[in-house]
Amino acid sequence: MTARYEVRFSGTGGQGVVLAGIILAEAAGLHGGQYVVQTVSYGPQVRGGMSSAEVVISERPIDYPKPIRLDLLVPFTQEACHQAAGLMKEDGIILLDPDLVSETPEGWVASVPLTRLAVEATGRVQMANIVALGAISRLCPLVDEASMLDAAKGRAPKGLFEAFERALEAGGRFAEEIRGKIPFEKAPTPED
Amino acid sequence: MKMRAEEPAKKLMQGNEACAEGAIAAGCRFYAGYPITPSSEIAEVLSYRLPAVGGTFIQMEDEIASLGAVIGASLAGAKAMTATSGPGFSLMQEHIGFACMAEVPCVVVNVMRGGPSTGLPTLPAQGDVQQARWGTHGDHPIIVLTPWSVRECFDLTVRAFNLSEKYRTPVILLMDEVVGHMRENVELPNPEEVEVLDRVKPTVPPEWYIPYEDTPFGVPPMGIFGEGYRYHVTGLLHDVRGFPTLREDEIEPFMRRLFRKIWAHLNDIQQWETYLMEDAETAIVAYGSVARSAMRAVVEAREVGLRMGLLRLITLWPFCRKAVESILDGCKTLIVPEMNLGQISREVKRVAQGRAQVRTVSRVLGRLIKPEEILEAVEGWKA
Amino acid sequence: MEGMKSGRSLIYQYLRHDKKFPHVWCPGCGNGILLGSLIRTVHKLGYPKDDIVLVSGIGCAGRLPVYVDFNTLHTTHGRALTFATGIKLAKPHLKVIVVMGDGDATAIGGNHLIHAARRNVNLTAVVMNNSIYGMTGGQYSPTTPYGLKASTAPHGHVEHGFNISRLVEAAGAAFVARCTVYHVPLMDRLLTQAVEKQGFAILEVLSHCPTHFNKMNLLGGAVDSMRWMKEHAVPVEKAKRMAPEALKGKFRIGVLVDRDIPDYQTEYEQVRRRAKEAAPYKLDPQEISKMLESHQIY
Repeated sequence: MTARYEVRFSGTGGQGVVLAGIILAEAAGLHGGQYVVQTVSYGPQVRGGMSSAEVVISERPIDYPKPIRLDLLVPFTQEACHQAAGLMKEDGIILLDPDLVSETPEGWVASVPLTRLAVEATGRVQMANIVALGAISRLCPLVDEASMLDAAKGRAPKGLFEAFERALEAGGRFAEEIRGKIPFEKAPTPED
Repeated sequence: MKMRAEEPAKKLMQGNEACAEGAIAAGCRFYAGYPITPSSEIAEVLSYRLPAVGGTFIQMEDEIASLGAVIGASLAGAKAMTATSGPGFSLMQEHIGFACMAEVPCVVVNVMRGGPSTGLPTLPAQGDVQQARWGTHGDHPIIVLTPWSVRECFDLTVRAFNLSEKYRTPVILLMDEVVGHMRENVELPNPEEVEVLDRVKPTVPPEWYIPYEDTPFGVPPMGIFGEGYRYHVTGLLHDVRGFPTLREDEIEPFMRRLFRKIWAHLNDIQQWETYLMEDAETAIVAYGSVARSAMRAVVEAREVGLRMGLLRLITLWPFCRKAVESILDGCKTLIVPEMNLGQISREVKRVAQGRAQVRTVSRVLGRLIKPEEILEAVEGWKA
Repeated sequence: MEGMKSGRSLIYQYLRHDKKFPHVWCPGCGNGILLGSLIRTVHKLGYPKDDIVLVSGIGCAGRLPVYVDFNTLHTTHGRALTFATGIKLAKPHLKVIVVMGDGDATAIGGNHLIHAARRNVNLTAVVMNNSIYGMTGGQYSPTTPYGLKASTAPHGHVEHGFNISRLVEAAGAAFVARCTVYHVPLMDRLLTQAVEKQGFAILEVLSHCPTHFNKMNLLGGAVDSMRWMKEHAVPVEKAKRMAPEALKGKFRIGVLVDRDIPDYQTEYEQVRRRAKEAAPYKLDPQEISKMLESHQIY
């Protein structure tokens, strides 16, 4: 079977999940030389509704454009985390912000305080998505840091180049510290 | 069946953007439209791009007006298009009929979302397949194309313009929300590599020009307003000079020619692809984004030794009868997955005429059909 | 007269006389009067026939273009202005004249009418207002007077009509004029002004329908209607000097609105220029507040 690396960013409108999906897709597809498909699903409202962006990365052309089983889930709300819980690969990783998602589902969890790191590095809560991308650049085997930086800079609004860079660094540094511990702590199943 | 070029290309692009780029490459210089999810990106890109190439973008008061303006621009010589989704497509039916009757080239893009009515504005569906064929009133032929990838959104938009110019007919590009909003890395051809066809214009002296005269090809040369060929254009049934008529000996030949110009050129108009069909016993017949789920299903079925293949329809209307007939000898089962309750599957059944079992896999829950949902319909498949 | 073409030779020059006659209109209909005025106007202004596009909708007035040797387009009901917009924007050198009826322009096409006026596309629109749907058999239209009869108002009409001229004035038309089918020299003058106007120009022509409207409402024939028009029309200049009581029951004819507003194409040229410059369109904060303040709806 063709190897596919499948990612979902999920949260509510305004949290930057679609932008995160686009940057990851560009990092892997344009700068990293992989095949990518990025799709979105969202409700009718621009702000506040359920929103998710999904990225499939592969070394071969991609047929089915949606994830089949997730390698990586980045939930920005508790609900987004619950919804995707059954969709993870056995060794899939949930990269979550413990300040946003307190109840962790079964599976491998990488706990990264995305929002706190974003505020510390840039002073902006909205940069949590970029911090997550920084972490992903160290965790996902198909994208490297340089590609992620290029892609993020390409999408950064004028005047925010440096903030994007600092956010990526903050996420990357934190992921580096915990990378040695992969697989991360496995959350206890409800029966345990 | 090739998914795309050998090397992943250097541009990440949305299906809707690729459609807009295809329009520019095909020579489209006029767009009139009305905002509607999930097609609005096409308008947004063209509002930026068209004025830069000397073209015109205009946002009209509704979809009826949009297609009216597009037809007007086409009569004045511009290649023109509009884009919409279900509710707007319903409003456009009036002028799709006008464009058929008056034989005005134009391209109508419908990025399908869930319906009926306002339905599911942000979620995908394939519920407008029969509407694209029969939505406007009266007998009429129509050409409908369906892309499955971002690159194909570009290619088929170009092709839609070429066919509409060649056959003087509206061409509908039936996309769906998945394809329209999906981003893939694509490499678009250089503008000079894109094959572009233009309408045939009259070359006779204006006083000899008979605007709707039959020709061996079936498509009369098209006079352009302001270029010296003054004639009458009407939605009334008309004689060869364009004037309204009630004469039986003028009505029937007109209607016959309208159909003949399309039916006599099915080889040129119809396109389909097959994947692993050589030894297939079961075939999936699919189109649009669902064909990608189907391709995945075929790959997975082959891995466990099931002899499955895929027939992907690119031209949806006129229905590719020949394509379905060509697989009937080898396949006893045809699986037709659709994001509707069986709109193409009824065509497949009509062609199969009992020679193969046709199973419809319908999903109308506002998301793309999963490969496993198609495989569940396959005999011998164990998840 | 020297240099002036006789009516007959104008007919041969402009009508598709070899094909489409006799025409579809009833005896006494006002549409032929407009047709004559249109031909005289185009002839006087000296436009080549190739440069004129005559567009119409559906209804009695909609049948007008087929008789004339211009580029002619008979569109769908109510939508003539949308087609005309496309033609004009695609080929700006063409003179696009749109002929509609009252039902055509203000019922099914009402939305297109107000938006064409607001957008100020460089078009000439003529509305033949005979207060009824003639072609389909005398049903009431958006300009049928209150209390009168129509084939769909056998018990009397209970709606109030549009004032077409005021409607398009409010929508932003650059030029609005009104005349009747009785006041033919005035019609010629107003049509000339409308065709020459830069921007959206509309001429409302009050007409009659001897076959349906007059018959159902005991108004006599075409001559009786024309007499009524003659007696009730007041030239704009004269109306200015009249007391409001004296104007009661009368209507004004002449140029009602004539203002200079940049037309759509002129404005769109700016868009093209900015698009070609590739530099993004920048708003200066002072300009923003100026634009908000000059926004017409406040």
